[in-house]
Amino acid sequence: MTAGDPPLLAVEQVTKRFRGLTAVAEVSFTVPGGAIVALVGPNGAGKTTLFNMISGVFRPTVGAIRLDGRDLVGLDPARVCRLGVGRTFQLVRPFPALTVLDNVLIGGLVHGDGVAAARARAWHELDRLGLAGLAARLAASLTLPERKLLELARALATGPRLLLLDEVLAGLRPTEVDQLVAVLRGLNQALGITILMVEHVMRAVMALSDRVVVLDHGVKIADGAPATVVADPRVIESYLGVEEP
Amino acid sequence: MPFEVILNIAASGGLTGLVYGLAALGLSVIFGVSRVVNFAHGEVMVAGMFGAVLLADGLGADPLVAVPIVGLALFGTGWLMHRGLVRELIGAPEHRQFLALVGVAMVVMNGLLMAFGPDARGVRVPYAFDAYEIGPLLLDKVRVIAGGAAILVAAGLFAFFRLTALGTAVRACADNQLGARVVGLPVERLYALTFGLGCAVAGIAGCLMTLIVDVHPQLAPDYTLAGFTIVIIGGLGSATGALAGGVLIGLAEALAGIVLMPSMKSMVSFAVLILVLVVRPHGLFGRPAR
Amino acid sequence: MMAAPDPARRGRLLFGGFALVLAVWPLGIDDAYLVSVAITMLWFAAVGQAWNLMMGFAGQLSLGHTLYVGLGAYTAAALYVHFGIGPWIGVWAAVAVAAAAGAVIGGLGFRFGVRGVYFALLTIAFAEFTRIGFDHLDWLGGSAGFFLPLDHDGALPWADLRGPPLLFYYLLLAYTLGLFLLCRAVIARPLGYRWRAVREDQEAAAASGINVFRTKLAAAVMSAALTAPAGVIQAFYYNNLFPDQAFAMHRSIEMILAPIVGGIGTLFGPILGAVVLTPLGEALTLGLEALAIDLPGLKQTVYGVLLVVIVLRLPSGVWPPLARRLGLGDAATRTPDR
Repeated sequence: MTAGDPPLLAVEQVTKRFRGLTAVAEVSFTVPGGAIVALVGPNGAGKTTLFNMISGVFRPTVGAIRLDGRDLVGLDPARVCRLGVGRTFQLVRPFPALTVLDNVLIGGLVHGDGVAAARARAWHELDRLGLAGLAARLAASLTLPERKLLELARALATGPRLLLLDEVLAGLRPTEVDQLVAVLRGLNQALGITILMVEHVMRAVMALSDRVVVLDHGVKIADGAPATVVADPRVIESYLGVEEP
Repeated sequence: MPFEVILNIAASGGLTGLVYGLAALGLSVIFGVSRVVNFAHGEVMVAGMFGAVLLADGLGADPLVAVPIVGLALFGTGWLMHRGLVRELIGAPEHRQFLALVGVAMVVMNGLLMAFGPDARGVRVPYAFDAYEIGPLLLDKVRVIAGGAAILVAAGLFAFFRLTALGTAVRACADNQLGARVVGLPVERLYALTFGLGCAVAGIAGCLMTLIVDVHPQLAPDYTLAGFTIVIIGGLGSATGALAGGVLIGLAEALAGIVLMPSMKSMVSFAVLILVLVVRPHGLFGRPAR
Repeated sequence: MMAAPDPARRGRLLFGGFALVLAVWPLGIDDAYLVSVAITMLWFAAVGQAWNLMMGFAGQLSLGHTLYVGLGAYTAAALYVHFGIGPWIGVWAAVAVAAAAGAVIGGLGFRFGVRGVYFALLTIAFAEFTRIGFDHLDWLGGSAGFFLPLDHDGALPWADLRGPPLLFYYLLLAYTLGLFLLCRAVIARPLGYRWRAVREDQEAAAASGINVFRTKLAAAVMSAALTAPAGVIQAFYYNNLFPDQAFAMHRSIEMILAPIVGGIGTLFGPILGAVVLTPLGEALTLGLEALAIDLPGLKQTVYGVLLVVIVLRLPSGVWPPLARRLGLGDAATRTPDR
């Protein structure tokens, strides 16, 4: 990336307070277009809160969030999605009583070109993620890994430029992690989708990400290349809890 | 209209409101603990009213004497209702709970209709026309007794939840169901107990209500709605809110009866309900839930 | 046994046959009682379908749907009695008034995040508020009732709906079938998919780019608007209107029984539910009459028990398992092949 390139996503001095409790404090970082950036930190560090602010669920108390230079603050989740931000949820939330195909089709409706086009898009994403064989099944009947893929497919069908993945690898077996890591790398390289992921599986973080941003108690404590960040004493401290009783 | 008259109407409205508030308290307790919305609450209350009428007709019992008997009977009914039906609905989608209890309400109300017929029946106590004179106020004795008893029962319920081990266990269950299970509380039985208590309180409020009005089965849906209105104004799950909401609705309806036509008074409570739902969905006294 | 390969085609054939039977039987059997029962049946099928659009597809529980019946009935009746405007024009005014009421309730409720049971209570509150209001509206007869003149000076009985019951039967048949086809068309469109997404999970729907408020509002307005003609038909069939009946809460509950029994969120469920429930109710009434028992609450008690049993034991209703047994899908739940 050259210095003059505006980042795809810029989080600028964002703070979120809930009734006096500060969940995220003056956090700034950028995600360059085409990159994979991981957001890590211990539980309660404010990662999901940050995701919810980027995707429009919460409004930051202070600060700006820009997508391609455009401020997202104050837009509702639907608008943010239409501007090209797709997301998955920490606790997977497919539409349980709908079929796999319809789940993804609904994501594809964002483009506003009708059901048939959305259905074609849905098949395309199901093929890409290897879910086509499950198309007629109800989402509620899927296994956890399948549901995670389904949610990813639904997000992809919205045609995102930026994909927010909230612990998409959590709860998966090592082989399943490897498969999904390969899928994500493929999406990033083949389609140029920028990814910001909250992740605890450090093996995957190291393998996938170009940059790692570390949050602890709502504050950014590190931001850099994966190898540099994991060697940072402050990061080690926050993860191992040296100061905790 | 002279000020004293308005004051008198307001006072008797407030006293009646205490009884409404007690019934709503039962609804609130059930919701607060098990998150079940008892759509049959007014029906249970009217069942309590018929209980008081039966005891008065059969044994010449005063509604106050009927209170413990009806309370106990409806506690048992509520307990059984929970075991047989409500238990299966805990954690089910909201609309399923609601619709099942709508069904229960239909059964109870029409059961009462079949048992007692559509006509109004009342309890005649010897002190029906007595009144207390306090300054400019002339208060019906029946209303004072009903309102006072409602406060006593509410205080008893409050003491149960605050002071007894069992009550504390129920509150723990309400705060954190999983935590209560983990520490080994019999959550299912506590839910049944709560549902029983809620029904008992509704039945007791029904007994007290017979001091003030005659009973017929068609009152039930109105009482259910009044209960919801009060509880939503007071905040679902808030005990003091239920009593305060009851008094507020009692006052508002009584005063609306003066300003508008008496038959228009419940319009006021529906208007208040709409307003509260829209502006403060967790009620005037409640905290946001979940 | 003939195996029809395509369940969708088979479904269309069966539905066509069902519609044909409904259209033809009165020609052979001229029985005033049966016609009146069939009118009740179709009326509940139609309002159930309109309610199901909001609850079954968009997941928004309304327990005050009789409000739209009452508003539709009074609007058309008022235009006819006070201004001499016939029902064929009046029905459009009725639809507009009901749609406006649906927009107000939905708009207020959804804008302020009133959800689930609270929304249901809001709908009840509006219906009850309106009922008491109409009790005091002398221009429309108040609580003493509002009556439509029975005599008719026009040339054609159907122009002002001053005809025999059979006229109303066919009117309701057209309305019921039309609603079915309309709902079938809508749920296959983007709006229908958005409804189901919002029904399943509002947050996930929003994250998929769906404007949840507008989606729910569309359901509330359409459902209200499509309920209103049932009110118009009711007004001109019975020729009298009372607030205590038109806006009563127990009516709202009666209206939702058929779709619950038939299957919430299915297309054929509301019709099937009415086909099951109405004759059942009539049989009960007749049975009691035959036994000379006068128990006014029994029918409602049975309905109540049925409601509890269905919600507990068969929450998806009668139609989905039946459809499976018949080798059919319901268009609301069927997945088309690639």
